[in-house]
Amino acid sequence: MSKRKVVSEPTLADDLARLETLVRQLEQDDVELDEALALFEEGVKHLRAARERLTAAEARVQQVLEQADGELSISDFNA
Amino acid sequence: MTLPLTFEPATPADDVYTVSDITAEVGRAIQRSARSLWVRAEISEYKAYSSGHHYFTLRDARSQMRCVMWKHDARRLTLRPEAGMEVFVLGRASYWEEKGEFRFTVTAMLPSADLGAAHRELERVRALLKADGLLAPERKRPLPRFPETIAVVTSTDGAALRDIITVTRRRWPCARLLVVGAKVQGDGAPATLARALKLVNRLPGVDLCIIGRGGGARDDLAGFNSELVCRALAEVRVPTISAVGHETDVSLSDLVADHRAATPSAAAEAAVPDCQEVMRGLRDLAVRLSHGLRRRTSLAEERLARCSDRSRMALEQLLERRQHQLERLAAQLDALSPLRVLERGYAVAQDGNDRVLRGVEDFRAGLAFRLRLADGRVSARVEQEET
Repeated sequence: MSKRKVVSEPTLADDLARLETLVRQLEQDDVELDEALALFEEGVKHLRAARERLTAAEARVQQVLEQADGELSISDFNA
Repeated sequence: MTLPLTFEPATPADDVYTVSDITAEVGRAIQRSARSLWVRAEISEYKAYSSGHHYFTLRDARSQMRCVMWKHDARRLTLRPEAGMEVFVLGRASYWEEKGEFRFTVTAMLPSADLGAAHRELERVRALLKADGLLAPERKRPLPRFPETIAVVTSTDGAALRDIITVTRRRWPCARLLVVGAKVQGDGAPATLARALKLVNRLPGVDLCIIGRGGGARDDLAGFNSELVCRALAEVRVPTISAVGHETDVSLSDLVADHRAATPSAAAEAAVPDCQEVMRGLRDLAVRLSHGLRRRTSLAEERLARCSDRSRMALEQLLERRQHQLERLAAQLDALSPLRVLERGYAVAQDGNDRVLRGVEDFRAGLAFRLRLADGRVSARVEQEET
């Protein structure tokens, strides 16, 4: 199932790193007003995405098993 | 057959001994015969207490004996004794009367030229790994700051896994833990650990891998010192943390991994950030973001205000200049005005259509015309043409 995970989907680390870059750019003196607005808008987008990820309810624990045919199966693990 | 009786069971009173009598007698016997000797043996357990006294066990293939090294002797040690090490010790047999236990009191310890068997194997593997560059510090990768998927290679029913789950749930609830079960001690541990590590490389989206187990006796850590496991660990394509749960011993997997943690809990602490802290950081970024924009727009406002001030000033200056020009022109105009000429006593004749009558031929007899003077007009008529 997770094999089909979209690789290009930005990770939390991507969102946070991009956000930091945008903030630093916005804090420069020579940024044009329309550019500043664009930076702000993009920043808000990443801010939302990161916040959404961070408010996950509880860490998920799954167990990986190798089947007889060599395929991997991932199922919820009950500790 | 009957044994000869040495005691008279019916009259015990005179020949009954106390425990202290016996231990004192045995103690005296041991101490009388004991002289200082050198012993060559392997250390199997070693504990240095905060009191300064060291307690340990020496063994060979068949037997073991408990040893003590008192503070004043332990202070002079030139090596760091540890389990598995083969040593020469100088000491004498002694007896702890209160416990009724035999002890070997050690006064000096030297490293054996020939290290213990386990130690030798460890050194052999370490040398191999080192020769292949697997212990090089520059190989160490930094841990990801915000891991989302973490592979955990350990026993599925051990305390290590429970600790890792607990710490991760507390600090970083947005994580996903992928548990890859393995045997962490005993026969077959190296093979299952190595297989589990290889399996981690087939899992998509993994950010980090923790390999570990709870604390245990030294012999139980053999799996984490095996060449097979260390090489598999070095091949894991994401950063790794080794947590073998032993404060004093370092396993070879600790040296190969990108990061070493003393316990599985410590591994989880190192692996994931604190969600509350990251949230705080995020709030700071949000504030900086909006401040950045506000600062930029107020900068634009100021600039706009400055611009309008400047343009108003320019406009005013222009107006003033134009006004001066106008006044100058008006003055010139005034000088040229025919009215000025009329003031000097001249008159202008105009017909009914305000056309200026310039010559005699313009004046026909009977023509009504007007004379324009400096202070007004006068109607007139040509009575007769002069010839």
